[in-house]
Amino acid sequence: MGFRVSAALWRRPWARATILLTPPLAWFVLLYLAALVVLLITAFWQINPFTTNIERVWNLGNFTTIFTSPAYRGVIFRTVGMAAAVTVVDAVVAFPFAYYMARIASSRTRTALFVAILLPLWASYLAKVYSWLLIFTHGGLLDWSLSHLGLSQVHLIYTNWAVFTVFCYIWLPFMIIPVYAALERIPHSQLEASEDLGARAWQTTRLVMIPLALPGIVAGSIFTFSLTLGDYITPLLVGGTSANFMGNIIYTNIGIANNVPFAAAMAMVPIVIMAAYLLGARALGALEAV
Amino acid sequence: MTTSKARRTARRIKAALALTGAAIFVAGCGSSGSSGSQTGGSGSVSGQTVPTANLPVLKTIGKGEGKLNLIAWEGYLSPIWVKPFEQQTGCQVNAKYAGSSDEMVALMKNGGGGQYDMVSSSGDADLRILYAGDARPVNMSLIPSWKEFFPAFQSPPFNTINGVHYGVSLQWGPNVLMYSKKAFPTPPTSWSVIYDSKYKGQVTVPDNPIQIADAALYLEKHKPSLKITDPYELTQPQFQAAVNLLAAQRPLIEKYWDLASQEIFDFKNGNATIGAGWPYQVSTLKADKFPIGDVIPSEGATGWADTWMLAAKAPDINCAYMWMRYISTPKVQAEQAVNYGETPDNKLACVYMDKIQAGSCEEYHANAPLSYFDSIALWKTPIATCDNGKADCVPYSEWVSAWNTEVK
Repeated sequence: MGFRVSAALWRRPWARATILLTPPLAWFVLLYLAALVVLLITAFWQINPFTTNIERVWNLGNFTTIFTSPAYRGVIFRTVGMAAAVTVVDAVVAFPFAYYMARIASSRTRTALFVAILLPLWASYLAKVYSWLLIFTHGGLLDWSLSHLGLSQVHLIYTNWAVFTVFCYIWLPFMIIPVYAALERIPHSQLEASEDLGARAWQTTRLVMIPLALPGIVAGSIFTFSLTLGDYITPLLVGGTSANFMGNIIYTNIGIANNVPFAAAMAMVPIVIMAAYLLGARALGALEAV
Repeated sequence: MTTSKARRTARRIKAALALTGAAIFVAGCGSSGSSGSQTGGSGSVSGQTVPTANLPVLKTIGKGEGKLNLIAWEGYLSPIWVKPFEQQTGCQVNAKYAGSSDEMVALMKNGGGGQYDMVSSSGDADLRILYAGDARPVNMSLIPSWKEFFPAFQSPPFNTINGVHYGVSLQWGPNVLMYSKKAFPTPPTSWSVIYDSKYKGQVTVPDNPIQIADAALYLEKHKPSLKITDPYELTQPQFQAAVNLLAAQRPLIEKYWDLASQEIFDFKNGNATIGAGWPYQVSTLKADKFPIGDVIPSEGATGWADTWMLAAKAPDINCAYMWMRYISTPKVQAEQAVNYGETPDNKLACVYMDKIQAGSCEEYHANAPLSYFDSIALWKTPIATCDNGKADCVPYSEWVSAWNTEVK
């Protein structure tokens, strides 16, 4: 019996593929795409301002509000700017680190560094944000260290600098790992060829190494950019009065105002931005490198 | 005894809340309350009717269903008073904790879905729940202790519409002016300190659109030309004046707090020295020996008042009535008041409060309510129809967008 089934499947490759792919595909379509479609549809509805029941009246009011209000446009620019800044800084920090890991460190050191990068990912996101809160707070670790060095205190807590620092720290591993993978893949022979042809170390890095590692950097930037774009907890905890990001607007509209249609419309903005970003990344060949 | 233990538990709950990052505690402690008109007005909204007003009420309490599913604020279903109830009635209490008024409104959609029996909602959520047809009329003659309530809470406009009750009032409390005694050796007497540029970078207020009412309350006393009479019913010019005051306050703000634990952290670490908060934060900081002071300033204060509302499709209606009977009795009212740090609605609770913790009746104002009560403007949902019937008030949805786009 079992033999006959396997023989039948062997003769019909399409049946094999169907049976294999149906469960994961159904899962993807039903739970993932369907949720996104519902979100898209909800964005065109509105709520009754009093009972906050959803009224299924088609209109573009939510999108008009987002794109005509200077405050919401400001929030979008601030969020994209923050995501871009975090991505650039993480890339600059991650490259030498990944280079050292991939090409210089002994295998033992490399393992140790891997553990050092991956271990924080095991810790709770919130525990990490709260520890930064303790570092930044009035009279906290930062103030204490600066005063012992005889420097004047800096006021970082509840500023966007604090949000920026925490984002850079939290998403750094997501940049290091793909950059490491890309650098490790570069054949040593190509670097030797570059040197044999008379290139200096800096020229080799700039003309050979960085172009070959670029897909890895772009792959890492997908993580750092999208994670920053959607986060609301870090601004909520360490951010101050101007820490209003897209995620916070969505959170407030769901959690306090119960205005799900407006939140859905706002959520479409990062989705569109990421779609554009991914198309750009594909053009740079980053998606093959992940 | 149990009090400090319960506070610790409450604190742990709050820490857990903070850690899930999910709960906006803003609403958590009974974020909302209600009723600006203190005399127990009709509470009716012109042009709106309560869809469930004519549902029949229970005539006699029958045999319990053996269970009771409650939506509540954290800390409202402590074993201290839930355990004895379960033993007396055989009704097993299942708790579903909600983090905000809006979560409560959402859970109560479709009459509680035939799953939930009651919700301990606050005044700003109550009207939304009952006008959506999700609450059910209650026969008050089956709840004897209700007659012992302070008159203001017997038929308050946030849970009683045209003489029909949709639940039984529970407890209430003020949003107080908190100050660090280190920075303020003499207690401030006016809310003006949180609008004073002298305290730039030291002020903390809740990250909640209802904060506009606090500004309106301040303007009511300081800008009589605006003719504000109710901080929750603002015409466009009054609303704009309050929003402008808050926008001018923004540079002074160190942090808009979302979680009670955040405010506690900021006072402890000296990030903030003055701000608006709840008695819960005050008692927690006091328990930690932090020199915190709290005052209801000369302008008065905003506050919340909670109600146990009966779901339209409550499956365990006999147990629900037993719960309303039980939770309104003086002793249970006292237990919750002392544990949570709020004011009971039952005027006989005072004696029991002092038995649990000497001086607590005085501390939570359970003995002198009328003048104290008059100084508190209880939270309610701002709606477009003002009390005078004109539709020129600014509705809550605009409060939210002004808070997000003009204040912050």
